[in-house]
Formats: sequence, structure tokens, C-alpha cells
Amino acid sequence: MSSVQLSQGPRKIVIDPVTRVEGHGKVTIRLNAAGEVDEARFHIVEFRGFERFVRGRMYWEVPLIIQRLCGICPVSHHLAAAKAMDMVAGVDRLTPTAEKMRRLMHYGQVLQSNALHIFHLASPDLLFGFDAPPEQRNIIAVLNRFPEIGKWAIFIRKYGQEVIKATGGRKIHPTSAVPGGINHNLSTDDRDALRRQVDEIIAWCSAALEHHKGFVAANQTLHRDFASYKSNFVSLVGPGGGMDLYDGRLRAIGPDGQTIFDQVSPIDYRDHFIEEVRPWSYLKFPHIRSLGRENGWYRVGPLAQVNCCTSIDTPLAEAARNEFIAENGGSPVQATLAYHWARLVCLVHCAEKIKELLFDDDLQGTDLMATGEQRGEGIACIEAPRGTLIHHYTVDEHDQVTSANLIVSTTNNNEAMNRAVKQVAMSDLSGREITEGLLNHVEVAIRAFDPCLSCATHALGQMPLIVTLEDSDGTPIAERIKQ
Amino acid sequence: MTGLAIANTPVAVPLAIRSPRILVIGYGNPGRQDDGLGPAAAAEIKAAGWPSVTTCDNYQLVIEDAVEVAAHDVVWFVDAARDGDAPCAIQRLSPALDITFTSHLLKPEALLAIADQQFGRVPEAHLVSIRGYEFDFLEALSDRARNNLALAVTLMRRRIGYLLKVSR
Repeated sequence: MSSVQLSQGPRKIVIDPVTRVEGHGKVTIRLNAAGEVDEARFHIVEFRGFERFVRGRMYWEVPLIIQRLCGICPVSHHLAAAKAMDMVAGVDRLTPTAEKMRRLMHYGQVLQSNALHIFHLASPDLLFGFDAPPEQRNIIAVLNRFPEIGKWAIFIRKYGQEVIKATGGRKIHPTSAVPGGINHNLSTDDRDALRRQVDEIIAWCSAALEHHKGFVAANQTLHRDFASYKSNFVSLVGPGGGMDLYDGRLRAIGPDGQTIFDQVSPIDYRDHFIEEVRPWSYLKFPHIRSLGRENGWYRVGPLAQVNCCTSIDTPLAEAARNEFIAENGGSPVQATLAYHWARLVCLVHCAEKIKELLFDDDLQGTDLMATGEQRGEGIACIEAPRGTLIHHYTVDEHDQVTSANLIVSTTNNNEAMNRAVKQVAMSDLSGREITEGLLNHVEVAIRAFDPCLSCATHALGQMPLIVTLEDSDGTPIAERIKQ
Repeated sequence: MTGLAIANTPVAVPLAIRSPRILVIGYGNPGRQDDGLGPAAAAEIKAAGWPSVTTCDNYQLVIEDAVEVAAHDVVWFVDAARDGDAPCAIQRLSPALDITFTSHLLKPEALLAIADQQFGRVPEAHLVSIRGYEFDFLEALSDRARNNLALAVTLMRRRIGYLLKVSR
């Protein structure tokens, strides 16, 4: 449903219902003197300040506190903070039980979060069309029209949450990862219950992937060209270059797949990345130091996770990866909509890894904690569902946190999201009017990144998606709001 | 943990020969003072230790809760209320699909509709809205909310206890 308000000044058009991104955003499209799109800005205008909150807290409290940033990916923050605090605790190597419990929790998290995005947030666009009425483009309508997909949506996500509960103690805001290890192992009851369901979950994830490939095949031009542009990519990879979503070293590749850097320890992230601040957004703009501001921006997330790795160590996901990279002749796939395809490859991978771990007896081990000599700094990196997540803390001799720096996935994707919006504006903007189609397409482009704005900016509350069109001097021409 | 079998094997045992399975879902954010009334009520009911009563808490209702909802005969949703009657208001719920769903908001009526649509089961359902007063960033109920919680839980315990007693 939409409502229109006309005023004497710039036109303001208010549209309901809300947009499906985790958090809220504002977009400004500026025209040049010739009336062409000059730039697009995806603004983040709220601030939450968790990096300040944790100062003065005891370092072992941080994995519990910092995850309150977000109700969507708290597990990723819990684990990234725990990994950073392992370093503070002087622990460079966890016990096998602790390492595998955390990995299992992480795969459960990526499984449930990717399922949330693909089924709840993205599938309404993909199944009903980008320009279908907003009241139709929602998960409830998907459940109505596509009950089989609705079943996948419910049970895959629920299974991921059960994995988190079994390993983390709670479905949301787990408590089990502590500096140096984990505070419990996996009970045989939970293991057996999860084992009974895992084959069906893998089958459903694979079916969802196949279904999505049908969408790609039926919409090849749209899939390839929508909000599409070339970029660098960054993700963690394992020692041999294989996909590793929990731990590893950083790899950056260029638009044609050339290596920018590889096997960089997360501890050295500041040697390779610069976080630029721009006055109009609380979201920073990181870029690769060696390439500079203009050329050093990059994408993270499922598209980068699949593009950057050279293999995947689970068979179904590896087969899917091979099919995926063949899409662009072996070069990195650049299509913005390919985020969804890559997200499903990662979904299958996580389901397979969960099964592998459920048959590993180390999860019932009792050696849960390692110890070491305390340090004053902790840095860790994890591939969260939305991409590379870096936590960095310093701790004083009283065990209190003295500084914190978080580079979350959505921050890493900041410039890339601006570029995607610009691509849509250049392709869809006709004259000086913000059409319903432009607004829908801006949303679809942003949504492909699965941005978690409350997490990235540490914003609280609800903010609508606002799109403003400006003249070259910054005078508003038109504005539309979805709230 | 609930098995996936629920999707294909709805409960067949008549209520007359077993205790009704009761679910209490308390939802809200305990980090926002009285918004934690729902989870606090679920914890209080859990403490009663009834074997056929399951409790759970969450920050918000999610679509996956439909699995648990469909697996029970009676469901009590418990939420905090910013206004309305004190100590609480109790409302009988019917399924109603709500298109205003977002990942941050799902109404219990919509959850019942999803349970019906996906699993063919709609339990008897009630919403208990416990009046809260303070919703700031603090993990503690206000005194007035705590009083309302005690009265609401007493009421719920009486209703649940009666249901379990008459079904014996």
C-alpha cells in the first residue's frame, strides 16, 4: 500500500509497508548539472556506540556483552569476541572439543541466518517479482503460495537455531564461548536429536539451491546485469585456500581474480585496510590500503566467500561452487543478485559441516579450556553470514578493556552498497521522479547484501528507507519514504 | 527439541485420555526493563514443574515458533503491555494472517495461522498482556510491573492447574 503527500516544495511520497532489511537506511541520489546520476549515497545516520560501551568492562565479559549489538547475528559477535579474547588470555590453540563446539555453533548460525535471508527477506522478491505489490512480497505470502519453500524456511532456520542452543546454551545470545575455550560439550541427547534431522536438512538446503538455480536460468539477463559492477573481494580462507567460515587468514582478490594479498593474519588487518570516515554516515568506509580509496573498496559476504576460496571441503557445496564459478568462465562472479546463489552454496556447506561435526566424538570431550600468559591486545576475524567481521580490543593490567574496534560485514560492504544503488539509479532513473520501480529496485539491490544496519551502525529503533533525489547543488527534488 | 515429524504426523491421541500439552511462550527483551515481563512469566511457570507444560522465551516471536505451537493443545502467549489494564489482560486468540510481518514483528495470531496452514493444527490460544511501566535500558522489572507479574502468574497457574486437573 502506498500513500502520496504533495507539498509546495519538494515532493514527498510516503510508502508502506516496511522494507525488508535488518535495520534501516536512507539513500540519496544526486544528479549532475546535465541531469545525470552523479553519485548515490547509502546513509547510516544513527549511532549505537558499543565500541564505547565495552570500555572499562572486564575482558571475559565482552563475548557476552558485545553480542547484544544485534538480535540477528549475535553468535558471530559472541564467537569473534571470544576468539579475540583467546588471544588476550594467551591462548593460541584451543582444545579440540572447544574448537569444534565453536565451529558447530558457527555453522548453525550461518545456516539459520542465511536461511532467514534467502527465505524471509529475499525470496518474496525472487518468487513474486521485484515490482510485485509490497503487500504480496513477504514471507507470509510465500508460505501461502509456495508451501514447500515455506517448509524449508521454517525447518532449516529452526534447525540452525537448535544447533546454536545445543552448543551455545541459548538460541539467541549464547553463553558458552569463553576466553580460552568453551564451558560445556555437546550432550549425547542433543547430538542424537540433531543427527536424526541432519540428512533431511541437507536435502532441503540442496533443494532450495536447485530451486534458485531455476530462477537464475529463467532470468539470465536480469541476474547478470541487475545492479552489476566489478569489484575486489575479501574473505577468510583456510591454509590451502579452501573455504573456512570460522577461522583462517585473509585473502583479497581483484575483479579478474588476481591476488591482491593472501594468507594475511587477521592480527595484521591494519597493515592492509584503512577505515575512512565520511561526514554523512556513521558507517565507516574501509578500503585496501595498497590500492587507495578510489580502487581499494571491496565486497564481502557469501559472494566473496565463494569467489575467494579455491575449494570447499564438503562434496555437495564443492559441486555447487564449481557450477557457480563456471557462470563467469572461472573469474569471480560479479552479479549483485549472485549473492543469493552464493548464499545458498554456503547454506549447503554449513549443513554438510554440521553433519560432519555431529559424527566427531571430540564434541563429547571433557578437555574444554586452555590457558596461557595474558596479553594486552586481542584481534580476531570470522566469516559472519554477511561477511568478514573483525574484532579488536586492548586490555589493561586490571583486565579491563581500554579500547575496541569492530569492522562488521556491512561496514566492509559500505562502498559496494553505494555502487549498487548508483547502478540502479543510472539504469532506472527517468527524469526527475522517484518511481515505484526505482524504489523497489534500490531495495532489492541493498537487500542482496543482507545488510544488518543496526549492527553496522549500532543503531537502535526503527528507521525507514528514505530515498531522496537531489540537484547538483544539493537541493532536494523528490523524496520517497518506506516505513 | 522438536522433531521434524510434526510436519507430517499431527497429534492423534484424543485429549480425553491424556493431559493436554500446554505451551507458555514469554516474549520480550529483559534488557529493556518491563519489556522482560513475558520471559519472566515463562520462568515463573516453568518453576511450577508441571510435566506437560513446556515453557520458552525469546526476544520476539518468530515463524519457526509455529512448529512448537502446532505441537501443543493449549498455548499461552505472554507479552508486556505499554498500556491497558493492570495487572494484565487476557485475550482469546484466533488465527489471522498479518501481511505487515517484518523480521522484527510477528503477531501471535499470525503464528496461529501459520501453524494451521503449515501443519493443519490450531491450538487453543490466549494472549496474556501484563502491564509494564518502565522500558529503559536496564535489566530489572519496575516494582509495579513485578506486582503485576505476580498477580498474572497466579492467575495463569490457576487456569493451567485447573485444566490439568479436569483432564485427569
